[in-house]
Amino acid sequence: MLEILIQLLPSVLLEGLILGFVYAMIALGYTMVYGVLELINFAHSEIFMAGAVAGAEVFILLKGVIGNPFLLLALAILIGGAVAAIVAILVERLAYRPLRKRGTTNRLVPLITAIGVSFFLQDLVRLIEGLWHNAFYRRYPSFSVFEATYTLPNWIGVLTILATLWLAFWVIAYFGDWLVRLFSKKERAAGRTLSIVAAGLTLVFAFFYRHVIFADLGMTIQMKSILVIVVSLAMLYGLNWLVHKTKLGIAIRAVAQDAQTASLMGIDPDVIVSRTFLIGGFLGGVAGVLFGLLYTLVHPYVGFIPGIKAFTAAVLGGIGNITGAAVGGLVLGMLEMLGGTYLTFLTNGAMGTEYKDILAFLILIFILLFRPQGIIGQQLGEKV
Amino acid sequence: MKKVLELKNVHTYYGKIHALKGINLEVFEGEIVTLIGANGAGKTTTLRTISGMIHPKEGEVLFEGVAVQHLPAHLIVKRGIGHVPEGRRIFPRLTVEENLEIGAYLENDRHKVEERKAEVFELFPRLAERRRQLGGTLSGGEQQMLAIGRALMQDPRILLMDEPSMGLAPVLVDLIFETIAELNKRGKTILLVEQNALKALEIAHRGYVLQTGEITLSGPAKELAENEEVKRAYLGG
Ligand SMILES: Nc1ncnc2c1ncn2[C@@H]1O[C@H](COP(=O)(O)OP(=O)(O)OP(=O)(O)O)[C@@H](O)[C@H]1O
Ligand SMILES: [Mg+2]
Repeated sequence: MLEILIQLLPSVLLEGLILGFVYAMIALGYTMVYGVLELINFAHSEIFMAGAVAGAEVFILLKGVIGNPFLLLALAILIGGAVAAIVAILVERLAYRPLRKRGTTNRLVPLITAIGVSFFLQDLVRLIEGLWHNAFYRRYPSFSVFEATYTLPNWIGVLTILATLWLAFWVIAYFGDWLVRLFSKKERAAGRTLSIVAAGLTLVFAFFYRHVIFADLGMTIQMKSILVIVVSLAMLYGLNWLVHKTKLGIAIRAVAQDAQTASLMGIDPDVIVSRTFLIGGFLGGVAGVLFGLLYTLVHPYVGFIPGIKAFTAAVLGGIGNITGAAVGGLVLGMLEMLGGTYLTFLTNGAMGTEYKDILAFLILIFILLFRPQGIIGQQLGEKV
Repeated sequence: MKKVLELKNVHTYYGKIHALKGINLEVFEGEIVTLIGANGAGKTTTLRTISGMIHPKEGEVLFEGVAVQHLPAHLIVKRGIGHVPEGRRIFPRLTVEENLEIGAYLENDRHKVEERKAEVFELFPRLAERRRQLGGTLSGGEQQMLAIGRALMQDPRILLMDEPSMGLAPVLVDLIFETIAELNKRGKTILLVEQNALKALEIAHRGYVLQTGEITLSGPAKELAENEEVKRAYLGG
């Protein structure tokens, strides 16, 4: 039993990582908009959906024209991102800005507007797809180059297992220390002590289970997963550069911190808000295309679950915090995959992978209850 | 002399509160004009009305002869009005350098931006040492320097300053006033709001006294400093 759990670990974490990248990119849209407007844009899940559907259309329409699947994917990503960005800008311009200009201070009003916009976009896409194809379920075509699998070197699996074990022992040591402190006056153990204890335990464990850990796991990865990782990393890197190294990025952070003072610098806050929706929308749209690439079937209602998971990821990392959203997405993706897979094992199949959604929402509820500022805390916003 | 700024019968409200009751005020090129008055007199409101953060219900704000009172703040800044706001309002999670960069948001010529940055660093060497530090971690005095430096990055034709000496140690107060005088010598036109009326009248050319939203006195700074009423109310004499 334990053997299987350990040997499954690397591939489960890898799956989680891939899903996590998709969550991370969607989460960035929630977090950036929250940073500048203190608004949870619940319509963001539909902006993601618009990108996913647009990407599917690009694939389906151009499959016969463009032979190279990679070129096709690049086009789908660009167009999917662009469509989502335009939808995001329009939503801001037509729904949120008028509310802002009216000086609505009630937080509930924009929230309900966002939900209304969500329904509107779902049905709008359904209408368009319905009129166009007489069907609103669209499928990403499959290409053999994308499905091809590659075997990963064994050391990746070994390292993953060791790192996870170390992390698990660290957490155990942390709570062990906490328990001891409950009953004695002992000082809190230093982080370094915990790390060393965890490393020791890992080594001991690895020694006894060496036949499991160092066995040939034959971990594989599909081409499309590699593409998801590469594209996501490129987008995250690009965003980081944009936010930290460009004038627009500094302006976005300035508006997030103090919009009124930003306007004294000659910045038009409305323009910056619009650009923020553009960037968040583009990332969401790209995430939509990657999601389509992974799961193939997309439709007007496909945004809801990934959207609310990504929102969870944003809250997990501290809403308003860009790094937090990325980290939160990856962590949530991995936790979800771990939970989904292991729950099945631990309950002898009584509880299947479908419970992984519950896990994500449990995490959301617990964070909101116990650490609403997230793991890293709010950063982009931090109003003065 | 060229008139840079003129307020004509400006009335500003916060909801039902009548904060400015017909302000008339002029600033000429090359001047330091100070606006003094007790807490709640409407000094900050006057500056906020000029830079478009709040719009007057009546009256005109003329900048270089053009009415600007209907423009949003970012467009007024673009015309050449720099504002060092009350309480500094540094962007706490931008570095010192980024705070300065954002001050020059409207300047697209990289060369000029670097030039101005060098000027600010020359004026406040302290900021140069701390250029990678987050604005929020600076001391009060350093934040004030940064707020002034940030406004200078726009190279404004008039600089509005709202209580730049507030909450600073005496040495720093002197430094800030020296800097203001120095900036003026270099050609900056300045409208200075101060609680420290004595110091303000020392470096200013002219002054206005504001009382509950109305200008009650105005004239050359030296005369105001001699005025019995002013002495009693603002100079602790
Ligand atoms: N946001 C606001 N809402 C309502 N009333 C306000 C607001 N800001 C200022 N006021 C009122 O307007 C009047 C003028 O305020 P203002 O801030 O201009 O005074 P001030 O001269 O700058 O005072 P201080 O020296 O304390 O800074 C005061 O009576 C104040 O209570
Ligand atoms: Mg004031």
